[in-house]
Formats: sequence, structure tokens, C-alpha cells
Amino acid sequence: MRVLVTGLNHKTAPVEVRERLAFDGPGLEAGLKGLLRLSEVKGAMILSTCNRVEIYAHVSDPDRAAAAMKAFLSEFHSIDAGSLEGSLYFYADRDAIRHVFRVASSLDSMVVGEPQILGQLKDAFEFALSRGATGVILNRLLKKAISVAKRVRTETRIAENAVSISYAAVELTKKIFADLEDKRFMLLGAGEMAELAVRHLIKNGVKDVTVVNRTYERGVELAKEFCGRAVRFEDFIKELVNTDIIICSTGAPSYILHKSDMQMIMRGRKNRAVFIIDISVPRNIDPEINQIDNVYLYDVDDLQGIVDSNVEGRKKEAERAEAIIEEEIEKFLKWQTSLDSVPTIVELRNRAEEIKQAELERLMNRLGNVDERQRRAIEYAVSAVVNKLIHPPTVALKEDTEDRDMLIAMIRRLYGIGENNGSR
Amino acid sequence: MVILFELALTFYFAATIVGVVELFRGSKATTRIMLVLAAVGFALHTANIAVSLLSGRIPVTNMHEASSFFSWCIVLLFFFIEYRYRIGLLGSFIMPVVFMLMLSSSVLPREIKPVSPMLQSYWLGIHTALAFLGDAAFALAAGIGVMYLVQEHFIKRKRLGSLSHRLPSLQILDEVSYKLITLGFPLLTLAIITGALWAESAWGSYWRWDPKEVWSLITWLIYALVLHVRLTAGWRGKKAAILSIFGFSVVIFTFFGVNLLLKGVHTFVR
Repeated sequence: MRVLVTGLNHKTAPVEVRERLAFDGPGLEAGLKGLLRLSEVKGAMILSTCNRVEIYAHVSDPDRAAAAMKAFLSEFHSIDAGSLEGSLYFYADRDAIRHVFRVASSLDSMVVGEPQILGQLKDAFEFALSRGATGVILNRLLKKAISVAKRVRTETRIAENAVSISYAAVELTKKIFADLEDKRFMLLGAGEMAELAVRHLIKNGVKDVTVVNRTYERGVELAKEFCGRAVRFEDFIKELVNTDIIICSTGAPSYILHKSDMQMIMRGRKNRAVFIIDISVPRNIDPEINQIDNVYLYDVDDLQGIVDSNVEGRKKEAERAEAIIEEEIEKFLKWQTSLDSVPTIVELRNRAEEIKQAELERLMNRLGNVDERQRRAIEYAVSAVVNKLIHPPTVALKEDTEDRDMLIAMIRRLYGIGENNGSR
Repeated sequence: MVILFELALTFYFAATIVGVVELFRGSKATTRIMLVLAAVGFALHTANIAVSLLSGRIPVTNMHEASSFFSWCIVLLFFFIEYRYRIGLLGSFIMPVVFMLMLSSSVLPREIKPVSPMLQSYWLGIHTALAFLGDAAFALAAGIGVMYLVQEHFIKRKRLGSLSHRLPSLQILDEVSYKLITLGFPLLTLAIITGALWAESAWGSYWRWDPKEVWSLITWLIYALVLHVRLTAGWRGKKAAILSIFGFSVVIFTFFGVNLLLKGVHTFVR
């Protein structure tokens, strides 16, 4: 039995193709049924997210199965098979296992290290499991993939640092202030990115929100949204004495806050730290303000710089993650080979032979004087019993039935053969 | 017991190495190893001091013992701060100081001379314990001040490295450093007062302008200034951090410089 991965993702196919191949709620059920009807497929699951559509299957002949799956995909979604050319990828055996591990560990994601994919993978697996579509191999593979993902998360820093501008703003805020709950926050202006950052800040504990807008009514409206209060634009500088965090995003053509203003404000607040994020373009806050002690001013490029270096950092961590994955692939393959019938039969025989010899020896010692003829008779009888007992499992192992993988796993467990790796 | 001291020194050295490694590639494991090594060192160190105490001697009567007791106070306070605030990487900044003090202690004269009968009183224990605990608080405040400057540098320069991700926030560093100074300052004040009372009972005068007394007074004035400008002019953050580092360098001079360079009633070797 071999593992096969078929699918496409954000790297190989544009969103127009991905959305056409996606399996939504009812489609997922039907798709899974359709897949299992293919004679080449023994077990399968479908992972369908906005960035990828993938089928994980265990098959006996990857090449034939791959062709069958491709035909199935084009038929199920009524897409010309030719148009999938170049978008679909096929991985078998080791490569397939690697792919599943990498997807679970978020190494194959658009934003490397983003955490959602693991949850999506778990859901997809549980759905297939509940429909009885998986099998010993896929169950084992997916459980392993989930534990590999957890190992990657704890042993590397892959998911640690912010990789979007609004998260970087929150991350910096937390590097300056210990507790955001007692900090006063001001939104100067409006805008999508600014509002997103405000939401992140609120999620991280900020409670006291002030909104300033040139159009007072718009300010009142936004303030309502964030459970804050609105202040008139003319009065904002007065408010700054009590403000710890500022996000500025106005359409002003020039600076609205100058170094001399800020120096006065800092005297007024006895130098308590202020974090100012100026995401307006052109900038609205005099960059020289960053030179004042205890004032930290970041513009949109500075934040982008933080994001870039975090992305770079994640790449380095990704290399460590790849090494972990290679290690885990070996373990998985070792377990998989142990599922071959031939070594299992050999081990089963050896185990029986061991027990037989040990028991015979004990018996002979106890009986003492036994002549050669009696000895042979005893040996014959014992051998016959052992052989008859292991005959049915041996035959079953030799048959090429659909549930052979499960059977092998069962027999190994029942007879206590081989401590196979990672059987947690 | 010499062996206990040497073992403590060895464990502090190991903790220092792990602490430095942690600066470059830290993980939960390295933090734990560092803390365990420091804790073992501290236990041995405590036993070393306890042995002297049990034999009825307060082990602060030569430079070797004084330096060792000083580092013991720092480690004691370090574990307290670590337990209370869990400041990541604090050990990496403090254990080197502890190790350097212990190393100095190991090369400083160990000869035990009988304390002159005039000075044989319970004041010896009280006065020195207060002084060293106060100095230990200043040592930690300075260590945290260095951490503040490092973190501040990253944030001001807009380059967050992996180090800044593991360092605590500026606010925490500033607050804890300030709290330590508010702990150290009254201890130093009491040490000076008990010293004066002791001097009065031993020599009949409260203040003799002995170099140690003068430098302690200077130290006291510096930390009084640190607290004063913080409360009045709002000297917090970077300026406070620099002042606390400066203050501790004066503490170190008062401890080593005065004893080794200048002569007075506090010098051990005459």
C-alpha cells in the first residue's frame, strides 16, 4: 500500500482554478464517495481550503491512481482535464508523506507558520474518518502529521513573530508596554489598516479608546464602533498628554504633530512612554519626534521592515522545521515497511519457534530420562500444535485482500511482534 | 569549607556560560538549565556560608568572605525577582556579575584575622547584611538597566532581533529596576545609620570621614538623586537606566576600590 497526494495550491494555480476545484460542504461528502468508488483508491480524504485543494489517498498503484483521480476531478467539477495540466501535482510515497507533514506544519502555506491550516487539516481528517473513508495508513499518517506539526511549533520559532503590519504594530506595543489594559489609545483619522490595528489592540487588552477625525460626525461613528469617545480635531493635541498609544492615519498633506509639540507633551506627562504609529502617506507626524526620549515613532515603512525581518526569521526557522520533518518521515516509513506481509510472516514464525524451543527445553529438563523415540514424538506433537496455530494468520497474511494493512497491524499487535516505532 | 565555595563558583560559572548561550539561541530548555545550575550553586554557596555561621563567625571579615557574601545576596535577590516577575533573560545579565564577584572572591586574601574586640558585636551582622542586601538590589537594578538599554536600542533603531523578542517590555524593565532602587535605598540608609551607631559604641564617634563612609555617602546621594529626578522631573526609562548603571559602578568602587586602594577602618588588611 502506498500513499498518494494529488492536488493544487496557491503556488500552482490561480484563485479562479482553485475556487472551481474546491469541495464545499455537500460537495465534500459527494467527492469523498466518488473517490472511494474508484477501484484504484483504497482510502482517501479531501483537504479543501481557500489556498489548496488536495486529496490524500492510499493506493496500490500510484500511477494508475493518479490518472484516475485527475479524471475524477475534471469530471466531478466539470473542468476540462487539459486545463488542470500544470496546476495539479502528484506525490507518491516519501514525497507524499513529506508533503502532508509540510502542509500540517504550515511550511507550505502562503504565510509560512500561519496556524489555521492545522485546524483545517484536522477537520478534513475527522470528516473523512467519520465517513469511514480513511484506513490504517491514512489514520496513522494524519495523526503523525498532527504530532509533527506540534513538534515543529514547540521546537522552532516558526509561528512566533508578526508577519502583517497590523500585527507588527501590536507586537511592538507589547514590547513597549507591559499591560495594555490601563493604557489610553487614540485613533487619529481612519482607514482600513488603522482600524484593523485598532481591533487587534482591543483584542489584546486596550480598553480606553479615543477617536479623532476631521469630520466630527465620522469620529463619533467610529468611536461607537470601538466603544470609545470622539474628540474634535482641534483638541487632539491637548488629549495627547494622557495618551499612550497613537495610530495616525489621516489624509493631511503635511505634518500635524511637530517635535516642539511633542516635547511639550512629554514634559506634561513626565516622560511616560508614548508609542506612535503613523501609517499615513504622506506622513503626518514629524519623523524627528522619534529622537525624543521615551517616544517611539514608527511609520509604515518601519513596520514593513519589522514584518520583513520577521518573515526572514521564519524562513530560517523553516529550515529547522524541514529537518524535523525528514526525521519524522524516516520513522513513518519504518513503520510502513513493518506492515509488509513478508517480514511479518517471518517474525511470526520466529516468535512461534522461539516459544516452542523454550518450552521444549523446560519440559525435557523436567522429565529427565527420555529416550530418543519419546523425545521425537514430543517434539513432533508440539511442532504440530504451533504450526496449526500460526497457519491461519500466515495464510491470511499471504492473501492480497483490501484490509491487509489492518490485518498486518492487528496480527503484529496480537502476537506482540516488533516494537514498531512511534506507536504512541 | 573551601570545597563548597569552589563548587558554588563552578556552578555559577556553568550558569553564566548557559546564560550567555541563551542570549544567542535561547529556548525554554536553556532557561531551565541556567536556573537549575544557578540554584545548585546557590544551595552550595548557602551551605558554605552556613558552615561559618554555625562555627560562630560572621563570614564578612576578609575580602574573600565579603565578596562571596555580596554575590550570595545578589543570587538571593535574583531568585526572588525571577520568582516574582519572571523577567526573561535576567539570568544572562546577572549571573556574569555574580560569577565575576565570586571569581574576585576566590583570588582575594582568605586569611582570617580575629576581629578586634572593639568591633565584636551584633552590629557586625546587622550592618553588613543591610549594606550587602542594599548593594545587591542596586546590582539587579543595574543589570535590568542594561537590559532596558538593549531593548530600547532595538525599538528605537526599529530593528527587532530575536533577542528583543525574548526580552521583556520596556515598561516592566523600567518598573522593576525602579522598585529595586526603592528597596536598595532604604537598606543603604539603614546600613549607614547602623554603621554610625556601631561606630559610636565602638569608637565613641558617629562619623569619622573614613573613605568607606565618604563613598557610601556618595552612593547614597546618587541613589537619592535617581529617586528624586524620577519623581520630580520624570527621569524614567533610558536616563534612569543609565543612572542606575552609574550608581552600581560607584557601589563596586566603594566595595573594591576603597578596600584595596584607600585605607580606613573598613579595610580588612592593615
